[in-house]
Amino acid sequence: MSAKSTSKLQKHTLAGWLMATPAVGLITLFLVVPFLLAFVLSFTNQRLVSPNPTQFVGLSNFEQLLGVGTLMLEPERDDAGAIVRDARGEPEYPRVRDYTRNNPDYLQLSGMRELAAMSWGENRLVFLARDVVFIKAVLNTLAFVAVVAPVQAGLALLLALLINQKLRGINVFRTIYFMPVVVSIVVVSLLWRFIYAGQSGLLNTLLGFLTLGNFQPVDWLGNPATALWSILAMSVWQGVGFHMVIWLSGLQTIPESLYEAADIEGATGWQKFRYVTWPGLRNTAVLILIVITMQAFSLFSQIDVMTKGGPVDSTQSIVFQAVQRGYVQQDIASGSAISVLLFLIVLTISLLQRWLTRERN
Amino acid sequence: MALTTRRSRLSTALRYALLVAVALVFVFPIVFMVMSSLKPDLQLLRDTTSFNAFLPVGDISLDNYFAAFRRAPVALFVFNSILVTSITVAVSLFLCSMAAFSFVFLNWKGRDVVLAAVIATLIVPFETIAIPLLLVVNNLPWIGPNGLTTGWLNTYHVQIVPWIADALTIFLFVQYFKDLPKDLVEAARIDGATWFQVYARVIVPISGPVIATAAILKFLAMYNQYLWPLMVTQSEAFRPVMVGLQYFFQLNVAWGEVMAYLSLITLPVLVFYLALQRAFIASIASTGIKG
Amino acid sequence: MKLAFFGTLGLTTALSTGVMAQTELSMWYHGAGNPAEREVLVGIIDDFNASQSDWVVRLQEFPQAAYNDSVTAAALAGNLPDILDVDGPNMPNWAWSGYMQPLQLSEDAIANFLPGAIGRWQGELYSIGLWDAAVAIFARRSVLEENGIRVPTLDEPWTGDEFNAALDTLKATGDFDYPLDLGMADQSEWYPYAFSPFLQSFGGDLIDRETYTSADGVLNGDAALEFGDWWQGLFQNDLAPGTSQDMAARETGFLDGRYALQWNGNWTALPAIEKYGDDMLFLPAPDFGNGPKIGAASWQFGVSANSDHPDGATAFIEFAIQDKYLAAFSNATGLIPATSTAAALTENYKPGGQLEVFYELSAQQGELRPVTPGYIVMSPLFRKALADIANGADPADALDAATDAIDADIARNNNYGF
Repeated sequence: MSAKSTSKLQKHTLAGWLMATPAVGLITLFLVVPFLLAFVLSFTNQRLVSPNPTQFVGLSNFEQLLGVGTLMLEPERDDAGAIVRDARGEPEYPRVRDYTRNNPDYLQLSGMRELAAMSWGENRLVFLARDVVFIKAVLNTLAFVAVVAPVQAGLALLLALLINQKLRGINVFRTIYFMPVVVSIVVVSLLWRFIYAGQSGLLNTLLGFLTLGNFQPVDWLGNPATALWSILAMSVWQGVGFHMVIWLSGLQTIPESLYEAADIEGATGWQKFRYVTWPGLRNTAVLILIVITMQAFSLFSQIDVMTKGGPVDSTQSIVFQAVQRGYVQQDIASGSAISVLLFLIVLTISLLQRWLTRERN
Repeated sequence: MALTTRRSRLSTALRYALLVAVALVFVFPIVFMVMSSLKPDLQLLRDTTSFNAFLPVGDISLDNYFAAFRRAPVALFVFNSILVTSITVAVSLFLCSMAAFSFVFLNWKGRDVVLAAVIATLIVPFETIAIPLLLVVNNLPWIGPNGLTTGWLNTYHVQIVPWIADALTIFLFVQYFKDLPKDLVEAARIDGATWFQVYARVIVPISGPVIATAAILKFLAMYNQYLWPLMVTQSEAFRPVMVGLQYFFQLNVAWGEVMAYLSLITLPVLVFYLALQRAFIASIASTGIKG
Repeated sequence: MKLAFFGTLGLTTALSTGVMAQTELSMWYHGAGNPAEREVLVGIIDDFNASQSDWVVRLQEFPQAAYNDSVTAAALAGNLPDILDVDGPNMPNWAWSGYMQPLQLSEDAIANFLPGAIGRWQGELYSIGLWDAAVAIFARRSVLEENGIRVPTLDEPWTGDEFNAALDTLKATGDFDYPLDLGMADQSEWYPYAFSPFLQSFGGDLIDRETYTSADGVLNGDAALEFGDWWQGLFQNDLAPGTSQDMAARETGFLDGRYALQWNGNWTALPAIEKYGDDMLFLPAPDFGNGPKIGAASWQFGVSANSDHPDGATAFIEFAIQDKYLAAFSNATGLIPATSTAAALTENYKPGGQLEVFYELSAQQGELRPVTPGYIVMSPLFRKALADIANGADPADALDAATDAIDADIARNNNYGF
């Protein structure tokens, strides 16, 4: 983030601090201090309001959230030693809960639940987690971010190029494309519940119409396989206009003279984009990538309004869990521990992003 | 010649076709919202299973709007939201752009570290620090008409001050300023301008696009506030529009009124965006700068 | 009340009492946006303010969906009013956390009240309701008779087998999208309120009510697993719409004849009567072996711990629980008046009234949700378990998860004082 043009010899420390302090001071008081408070809480057993004394509990909140383990299950065998198979010919395995509940031989697994399982020869390798819901929330959030960031940034750029044309009435389209952003995400989520409704929602009606009735209605939010992606599609729909505007402000700082020069050289449309437009959007691109990533990690309102983390944890997100525990279940210590973990995850990823997008000299 | 005209006409037609197709994708839920606001509840719900959802058919009236005004002090909520939002946006643009100016054009000790720290705060979603923040503002002093008081609950300023400075706005300005020609600044400094004068008279006038972008984004974030005002305003007199939305979610949800209320509260934002867009385009046309 | 960590916050908002003869009492109520309730409540407040010269009650209303969060935030900030209303099952938590103080009403004043309208915690009265609510199976006599299904009565409800058979019969007709509508899209307090009585009728519960310190063996015991399998079957066999039910369908499905039966509350009974008239039936919950049960307790009034004037707050509450006001609330909202004498004064619950059956349901079958501060944690965990089972999760695993989380929460809170 260094601006290299100002002379290295000259320092303007007083003026610099004076101009930066009001904003930086407010951020410190209203964001950094509360975050540090949350950081301290994450090492305690504090409840929102409680008559019990607060105690420091070390890392136990984090251990509870992050504890994982594995379990190798051997197939059930009958008296003759042959593997017992179910109706479909699959081997039958003992139940995980026999190992994780009240089993003195497996105390280290006590209270864990199955996260995922895979075949391991004739055995079954089970991955366990102490807090399955939280681990799923982390995985879902990462998947959400990994898809949203490139898709939304790319679509937003396409839209920005589309409406950066000189056409009569382009302002009308510019306004329309921005409209979803204007509507609050809570409102959008409410509207899209009607659109995604399972039996006869608007989307199913539309798809049925377009395919002349050949489309089998999908329960978009009720099916674990589609719920997260349905929310993702809606989020892109709602947010893409926001990033389109940022791209647009970047596009409009590229001087017309560069395009005119390119025209004289006989450049194709793609060449103009590659050698004029894209280099001019560098700083915008960094900004957009970082902003989308941060926003995607904050995934909350859509989940809260549309699915509450279900069906079967397929739409749990980190922030939704932080709120669920810290506020709904009044366990502010655990909620704060999630906030701290989220901060560490995103910090790692954005440092990685910065390293990947660093300016190579 | 005739061929090229025809081809360019065809290409223009294709462009418009594409623009319209994309526009339909963006506008259909909003059309659904507005049309639904004109229908009685039962018809509204039944229409969601067909294309009638997008059409003003059946028993159409403005009854839902009148009912919404009867159910909740809609005008008060809109007033509160606009008041809180506009003050926040104005002060925020000033303080954040000034800080960004300092980060980009001034060379001072600790600058890069502070900027990195500010940008790192983008990572912290509000929901995760809401309760600690409540504890902070509840213990802050304030000097107002009643003299020195402690605790900010049930005021306008508790909805404004914590939101003035934010990393996203600063970041937007920083990225924009980095693209501006540095010689403008240096020339002004040689002419004897103070740093504040350089900021106010040289940089701000050529920052129309980013000011417009930052303003609309901040406006949206503020206007759509829900959790924070809910936590800090127990008095109806200070409630904003998104908290007001909850008035319509009774045991039997009055969907028609919900849609009417949503249409109503969306209107000011749209007006603000349109007004800004005009200013935004004008500012680009007039400067045409680029480094 | 001892707030170890936040103890320094103190009471920053002690009401300033001026030179006026009357002392102001602040009151919070969850009914913002409900003009019918508002009118009755404002009427009571006006009557009270006019009836004596010591106190003036000032009302502050909140929308229901935001009310609990507002109270929690206000309690954190030491900013509670004198009088507040509380959803029955949340009361023990608010009392334990120190939001509320015991209510100084004489036992005589509440002798005639429905059990669900009385809020007790650790032997003390904390809150009192002007009404209760009840759920029933909404059905049409003609549909049952056509299909040869016995019409159950309060004394002889359906057994679990009869109920399941009725669902299969109704499904086989092909006349309905689903034989039963449970309202699964409403992921709020509705789940524990409406569905935990089924679990109790199977013989399970949210927690062991002997000790209130563990859910193990109760929420995931044999009876609970039996309940879990039954519950999952409802959705796997397409007997009831699941968690993603259209909002429109919940409101119109039964009225449009697309659902044969509906599990719903008395607050939606009037539109059903309007639609089906004499054909409309409100049936008691089925008996799965441990008696037919429905949820009890609705919103109730209490005095906040912050109040400097508990005598004034109590005086108002005592004034508000007169039969005429109970009846006025019932007439305005359709809810069940909390006393039989008030019921006699109402339009719908008087002898021969259209909703009379709900009064008896509430009196005979109403079962309180667990009376413990930990209930606020159980409620979302139970909701999640039921939603997950409906969506295909293994019932034993889902109930185990809820059990473990509830037990862990209780342990972290020093057993909530039990």
